[in-house]
Amino acid sequence: MQAFTQHNGLCVPLDRPNVDTDAIIPKQFLKSIKRSGFGANLFDEWRYLDRGEPGQEVSTRKINPDFVLNQPRYAGASILLTRDNFGCGSSREHAPWALEDYGFRTIIAPSFADIFYNNCFKNGILPIVLDSDIVDQLFKQVAANEGYALTIDLVAQTVTDPAGQQFSFTLDAFRKHCLLHGLDDIDLTLQHVDAIKSFEQKHRAASPWLFAD
Amino acid sequence: MAAKTLYDKLWDAHLVHQNEDGSSLIYIDRQLVHEVTSPQAFEGLRLAGRKPWRATANLAMPDHNVPTTDRAAGVAGITDPVSRLQVETLDKNCVDFAIPEFTMADIRQGIVHVVSPEQGATLPGMTLVCGDSHTSTHGALAALAHGVGTSEVEHVLATQCLIQKKSKNMRIRVEGKIPIGVTAKDIVLAIIGKLGTAGGTGYAIEFSGSAIRELSIEGRMTVCNMTIEAGARAGMIAVDDKTIDYVKGRPFAPKGEDWGKAVAAWADLHSDEDAVFDCEIVLDVTDIEPQVTWGTSPEMVAPISGCVPDPQREPDSVKRSGMQRALEYIGLKANTAITDISIDKVFIGSCTNSRIEDLRAAAAVAKGRKVADSVSLAMVVPGSGLVKKQAEAEGLDKIFAEAGFEWRQPGCSMCLAMNADRLEPGERCASTSNRNFEGRQGQGGRTHLVSPQMAAAAAVAGHFVDVRDFTLESR
Repeated sequence: MQAFTQHNGLCVPLDRPNVDTDAIIPKQFLKSIKRSGFGANLFDEWRYLDRGEPGQEVSTRKINPDFVLNQPRYAGASILLTRDNFGCGSSREHAPWALEDYGFRTIIAPSFADIFYNNCFKNGILPIVLDSDIVDQLFKQVAANEGYALTIDLVAQTVTDPAGQQFSFTLDAFRKHCLLHGLDDIDLTLQHVDAIKSFEQKHRAASPWLFAD
Repeated sequence: MAAKTLYDKLWDAHLVHQNEDGSSLIYIDRQLVHEVTSPQAFEGLRLAGRKPWRATANLAMPDHNVPTTDRAAGVAGITDPVSRLQVETLDKNCVDFAIPEFTMADIRQGIVHVVSPEQGATLPGMTLVCGDSHTSTHGALAALAHGVGTSEVEHVLATQCLIQKKSKNMRIRVEGKIPIGVTAKDIVLAIIGKLGTAGGTGYAIEFSGSAIRELSIEGRMTVCNMTIEAGARAGMIAVDDKTIDYVKGRPFAPKGEDWGKAVAAWADLHSDEDAVFDCEIVLDVTDIEPQVTWGTSPEMVAPISGCVPDPQREPDSVKRSGMQRALEYIGLKANTAITDISIDKVFIGSCTNSRIEDLRAAAAVAKGRKVADSVSLAMVVPGSGLVKKQAEAEGLDKIFAEAGFEWRQPGCSMCLAMNADRLEPGERCASTSNRNFEGRQGQGGRTHLVSPQMAAAAAVAGHFVDVRDFTLESR
């Protein structure tokens, strides 16, 4: 996994609450057995005017000029600013895969859906929770200033705007540690292999029916 | 000893290791695997040269991509090559890693969340995960069950554990005698309407109260299934006699001496009387009518006697614009009576409502009636091969066929339209599934979530009707 320490990038506003993972990456693209290549179909039904199908040539598709990601001033954005409950619905990890493949490293919102939030950390994306009032303020700033970029510092746990104003955010120490070092969860868990084995032995003795093969 | 909630008990019984910041290693008793969220996990194992920790703790089956029409040609008969490859990949992975699988040709195949309880592969007291958010279904049997991402599918395959942070405790008590015509689906839709689609975020929800007790185990599964639509990953219900009766004798259930031991252990799977919840909500079930969603989020729901709400009356500007966008997508005007909404298609199925009791309830409404001419397709998709067999033994397939419903093969089908079953742009559907998101049932499709009997009644009337009046009129 790609490590995350500091990031400075262009911010794009997606001004809707409850953006679900079906909207982030529609179901027809979930048929892929790969982990990459989902970025072209991120927000497919909003980004394009024609119906998206797997394996399509993207350059021939009809772009929806009204969708925010298609506006030239937001080309190359790597920080997504959005509203409450981002990533609700399906547990599909294809959603963070699509966001990462498109180029997003950070998502800022007042709240996230649980499973999506968790999935982000497995893919080098930092989801940042800020107060609704601050998010509101950022939405206004992005709209008013072309080229509006933010600096994210994971070590200091801060978001800094172009005027130098800083906003702090919180996250679990364990998640921070893994993201800072790009660590593989499975390797970390396997450091506890003895604890797992001894738990399993006790569990099997207490509930043998759970181990009937 | 401090009083514990059911969730506390399930958590504590599976805690392997806890880090200083509270993140913990939790042992997973069962993982369900399907074709959509597992290929990258198996590939990860291969790349790292890892093997499953305990292959038989997993149970796999294809469900999302499988066709619901003719199955005679098996996997080779899946016409979409991308879907076919995904199902073939699951079959191959299960062989390579010795994972038990119910393949497409197996009569036990179906939607993972219908099949696992049906087989007794979901048991009280278990921790159970699956790369699917509707894994919350299994909490109806007093299990700790929730959806995970594909990285976590791989993590559980490799380590039999999951890294978790403990959720907060919420209890939703539903009290009173359930009125005729009101189902588990209406109860859970009403709960989501009250709580909101993010109201449960960060919580594990226990459902309790006399109305929950009154529900069958299948009804309880419907309630727990949709917990995720209120933002909570896990929903659960304490063990009672119905739970024990449901599990007894199922193929994967404990046998012989183990059965007695298991039943004794399961007796403790309830919240202690003085357990403390971080949040508690009480609903009176007698206030609940049959429900119909009107928008593009499950929280956008109204009683059948109600109207589409007016965004102008919503004070919060973010919510107001969300409502306006939803109405624009769904093609409805504010203040339209729910009963004035006409439909084009009907879908009875999904992990929410495709069990035998759901099909019986829908068939009772369809019996002796006809699907309206204005409805272009009404389909019934059983949740598993065994549900289908049981329904056919009871003659439900004939009742549906005579009424003009199509009777299909088991799978997820038009709940998310990964196979050929889908809505065309602008088509409006009465659906017993769980999500009315934009494009969920097909790009541009418009979904209204309802109970099985409300869906059957809408199929006959061509528009939403109150199934309570509908049944009375015909008597």
